[in-house]
Amino acid sequence: MTTTACIPNLAVERTSPGVLLARVSGNWRERATLPGVEPVRQVLREEPSVKSLEFDTAGLTGWDSRFVAFISQCAGMVRGRDIEVQYDGLPEGVRRLLRLAHAVPDKADAHRAIVKASFFRNVGERTIQGWEGILGLFTFLGQNLMALVNLLRGRAQFRWADAFQVMEQTGPQALGIVALINFLVGLILAFVGALELARFGASIYVADLVGIATVREMGCIMTGIILCGRTGAAFAAQLGTMKVNEEINALQTFGFSPIEFLVLPRMVALLLMMPFLCVFADLISIAGGYFVSVGMLDITSTEYVSRTIHAIQLKSFLLGIVKGTFFGFLVAYTGCLRGMQSGQTAAAVGQAATRAVVSGISAIVASDGIFAVLCNALRI
Amino acid sequence: MNADDIKIELEHLSMAYGPYVVMRDINARVNRGSIFVIMGESGSGKSTLLRTMIGLQSPGEGDILYDGQSFWGLDEEARRVQVRKFGVLFQSSALWSSMTLAENVELPLAQYTDWPQADRQEVVRLKLALVGLAGFEDYYPAEISGGMRKRAGLARAMALDPEILFFDEPSAGLDPVLSRNLDKLILELRDSLGATVVVVTHELASIFTIADDSIFLDAESKTVRVQGNPTELREHSPDLKIRTFLTRGEFSERGATP
Repeated sequence: MTTTACIPNLAVERTSPGVLLARVSGNWRERATLPGVEPVRQVLREEPSVKSLEFDTAGLTGWDSRFVAFISQCAGMVRGRDIEVQYDGLPEGVRRLLRLAHAVPDKADAHRAIVKASFFRNVGERTIQGWEGILGLFTFLGQNLMALVNLLRGRAQFRWADAFQVMEQTGPQALGIVALINFLVGLILAFVGALELARFGASIYVADLVGIATVREMGCIMTGIILCGRTGAAFAAQLGTMKVNEEINALQTFGFSPIEFLVLPRMVALLLMMPFLCVFADLISIAGGYFVSVGMLDITSTEYVSRTIHAIQLKSFLLGIVKGTFFGFLVAYTGCLRGMQSGQTAAAVGQAATRAVVSGISAIVASDGIFAVLCNALRI
Repeated sequence: MNADDIKIELEHLSMAYGPYVVMRDINARVNRGSIFVIMGESGSGKSTLLRTMIGLQSPGEGDILYDGQSFWGLDEEARRVQVRKFGVLFQSSALWSSMTLAENVELPLAQYTDWPQADRQEVVRLKLALVGLAGFEDYYPAEISGGMRKRAGLARAMALDPEILFFDEPSAGLDPVLSRNLDKLILELRDSLGATVVVVTHELASIFTIADDSIFLDAESKTVRVQGNPTELREHSPDLKIRTFLTRGEFSERGATP
């Protein structure tokens, strides 16, 4: 086979009046670029009197789906004009594929209509969406509170076994990461404080700085954020997957409330575990500060401990625990909310986990700001 | 027919997703103790109808009567009590993946009966034995095959001795022998438990084996095209589309007048 025989080629000729012959030759299989339909289109435009379109494929040595698509495109161009397409000259395989492709008529109403909505319509739709989102938040909150009330009245469809299992996952199993992060935060606080305070010869106040910052803010907020990434995402993914598997539907068909059955154990577990995790985080973080102060600054062990005890007031400590417990509530709430809102595909579950973390962290930081303002006003 | 013999009535039921109407004005009656098949082309709204019947999706309009009593007219709490009379086998089995098969079957019993635990476990063993899964009590759903999951789902659906059993595409994903066995099991359970059975399927072999009565949902007109016994419809329906469906298209290829 010569090289020229391999090159895909298209020649359009008028063989007799009104008949257009597309002569296709060469190998249409292995080339990256093929002759397009342009030559055919051009001739059709120049010759309004064409009545018939024919193909000659005697020189065609190879073809694949692109060739079929090419023929289909040619046929599409003459649609609506009074031109007959003769498929006889095509290889048998191509003819059969074309017949198959045209067996089911194109469903015109199946094509998605791309409507460019007006600006006001977009704004309106977004507003309604946003409003429904907010409504959803409060509905879910209400359902959760009702479920908690039912639990206290002993009427909830609640399994302590589930709650204990979640407690184990969110409490003891999280100790490692909580310890690591909070120890490092304690270190960092001590370093930053030591550098500045040393300029005033007040290095001993590092203990105050670490102690107060930890119990009031850093302990609970860092633990909240860790749990959000670790547990909130897990909740969303678990509930989302249960939704995909129709497990939540199955609960409903037994008359079980998914909120009481799935959300409540998670909520209760976090509410019970968070205070302990917070105390643990406080101790570890102070240990981090101690490590820096005693190891690298000229502060004795006794001095550091007594300064710390002196600096930390009970109300600061309790404030941290209350905030931590509230952050635990937020983590469970956002994680479960996003999980229950998840769509029924794998991608939707991933999205639910992402949204759980994003909304959880935002809620924690925002509510911490509100706590700060309130504490300032109440002089706590 | 005696009104007491009617178990389920669909009354002017319309279902929609937002503005998109799936089905409109569905009317049908299901006799007590019969096996009722909902058939139709893919995308004709069979599963949506089932979801509406078991309370997972509210209808746009109309109502469903169980034993002559409105279902969607009930408040949520009363509806939750009503659905306990149902047993549902989902297409994907929908077993609770964090629990063993025994726990799956036992959970509804633990919630709604005050039987001692030993009795409950005995009943759980019985239900699993009924579907041929004796000995698999302590397996998790992920550890067994798809066919076994289907049967375990059926055991769970029967946990509370339901008055009505719903099946969503029971033979989906099963080989022909397994799906035939499931058909036999459905017939067996209906005959022994006396439950009314509603099945969504388009599996012809299964339709002719189990159905006493059926409706055909038509995607084009978006409503019930015909109600009747499928074997009779296949032989005597004047409707070309129905006979084509029930003969896998062979009828229309032979021509409208065989």
